[in-house]
Amino acid sequence: MQKDIHEKNSNSFSGAGGYNNLTATLALAKASFRSIMRSPSAVVFTLAFPLIFILVFGFLGGGGTHIDVGVTPGSDVNNPVMGMLEKTGMIRLVKDKSKTEFAKLLEKGNVDAMIDVHRKVNSAAYSVNVVYTSASRDKGGILKSVLNNIFYDKTLKPNVAEIKESTITGREYKTIDFILPGQLGFSLLSTGVFGTAFVFLSLRQTLVIKRFFATPVRRSSIVIGEGIARIGFALIGALFIILIGHFFFGFTLVNGALTVVNMLVLATLGIIVFMGFGFIISGIAKSESMVPPISNIVTLPQFLLSGTFFSIEAFPGWLQPISRALPLTYLNDAMRKVAFEGLGLWDVKFQIMILLLWGIGIYAVAVKVFKWE
Amino acid sequence: METKKAIISIKDLVKKYDDFVAVHGLSFEVFENEIFGLLGPNGAGKTTTLEIIETLRAKTSGEIIVDGFSVDQHPQNIKQIIGVQLQAAGYYPNLNLIELIELFAGLYGANIKPMEMLEKVNLQDKAKAKYKALSGGQKQRFSIATTLINQPKIIFLDEPTTGLDPQARRNLWDLITEIRDAGTTVVITTHYMDEAEQLCDRVAFVERGQIIALDTPDNLIDKLVNSGFERKKEVKKANLEDVFINLTGQEWRE
Repeated sequence: MQKDIHEKNSNSFSGAGGYNNLTATLALAKASFRSIMRSPSAVVFTLAFPLIFILVFGFLGGGGTHIDVGVTPGSDVNNPVMGMLEKTGMIRLVKDKSKTEFAKLLEKGNVDAMIDVHRKVNSAAYSVNVVYTSASRDKGGILKSVLNNIFYDKTLKPNVAEIKESTITGREYKTIDFILPGQLGFSLLSTGVFGTAFVFLSLRQTLVIKRFFATPVRRSSIVIGEGIARIGFALIGALFIILIGHFFFGFTLVNGALTVVNMLVLATLGIIVFMGFGFIISGIAKSESMVPPISNIVTLPQFLLSGTFFSIEAFPGWLQPISRALPLTYLNDAMRKVAFEGLGLWDVKFQIMILLLWGIGIYAVAVKVFKWE
Repeated sequence: METKKAIISIKDLVKKYDDFVAVHGLSFEVFENEIFGLLGPNGAGKTTTLEIIETLRAKTSGEIIVDGFSVDQHPQNIKQIIGVQLQAAGYYPNLNLIELIELFAGLYGANIKPMEMLEKVNLQDKAKAKYKALSGGQKQRFSIATTLINQPKIIFLDEPTTGLDPQARRNLWDLITEIRDAGTTVVITTHYMDEAEQLCDRVAFVERGQIIALDTPDNLIDKLVNSGFERKKEVKKANLEDVFINLTGQEWRE
């Protein structure tokens, strides 16, 4: 009889003496969360790095490059060409200086080009004279292509109405709207990969896990407790980044709080997938010094190729398939669609599905290579 | 001795690692409420044996019963009633002692007051300190505190006094004796024979994975003396450690 009771107890969920796995899991989650909050590297990777990038790009504002174009004295100013140049947002027209002043500025590259527009005699068309300077070849090149773009459509039939048509008023897509989701993805990736890999390797090496095994705790409780803490920490970080981006840099949240919730749901999915990489790395790394190089093999390509800083359309054709194979690409993509286009989670189901497929693959490997001792 | 009840019984325990046989048919019993010492040189199989009893390591063959539970069928029940101090184990990083005790209380499902646990091992002043910041003796006392959280019937201490100074060592002996007097069975490994002689009720000598002697320290010494053994040097009434303690004082410094 006594034996029967023990038999039953050891197989039942709560175990002998009313042992509660939930209590154990939560105790672990609490301990882990405290530990993460006090770990400088976790805070730096999750918050400081992304915020620094956001700060830098946030202040760069409209996208960086400005071209100063001097307007030759005597040039026609009320013409569509000038207007279109100014509308690009990239070109600053410099007026009200004498010819000699301009000549000096041009020589030093302080203005990147000079422009002179005149209406052609007996014609509706304009003639545009542009003088570039060898002191500023790059920007001259950009101006050239901007002008070409304009002329390709418009110079032959300079109709004012037509030009107005080409200026679309849409929601302004700011740099922050592109940069922030990318930084958020990067934050989740590094927290998931580095954090998980370091913690499990060090718990294993310092025999902390072995000591845990001498208690009635289940292995699943250890993994889940650790996961809860890391997901919680990553989401707090994500919320922080989103709010700072929104209130200080004008990050667009089309549907307000709902958009934030959708982003956090995506963040949760992302961090879970990325933690899988961390589990794998903790299993294959032999020492703590092996964690950063292996982790970088996972994170760096995604950092560079997953559209964190540049749209992957900007990459050469042969590189794009690689970009489109990486999980962070889909997280970034989904984040941008949800935040800027205001799509719901169901609208980004394709991206979510790819992430889930990655998750299944990663955890299938993790189960094989993860080591407890 | 026949009247004592065995709380751990081990029969023909064998542990093989590939070709290497670490434990070679060990059999012994540990009685309730005694301090039982496993003695032997490094690599004799002491730690392996302890870890098998603690359910941390699988055995190759043999039978182990701990307080009526078999390690094969009821490892979870065994974990509930034992406390384990591992050789050289660390603790969860970045947490202070109180938080670590809270963590273990959660893992054991024990409802205890963390401060009371620390008071038991005289570490209440270090409640907010990190484990890494403790001295060697404090670390061992903290480890012992974590073994007591679930009010275990048996605690296992693997070389708890290695590396401690004489005062810290004696302080730990007192603590271990108190724990035994409070009704807990203690299984301990050590390399120090003076420690085993003073502390242990019974000791087993392990050599190459086998038990070569098991008795009370007194009986073992008597047997050797009766066989005609004599120390080369006449034993004085005190030894150098007594001199050390006498000169530097009993009380323990951190």
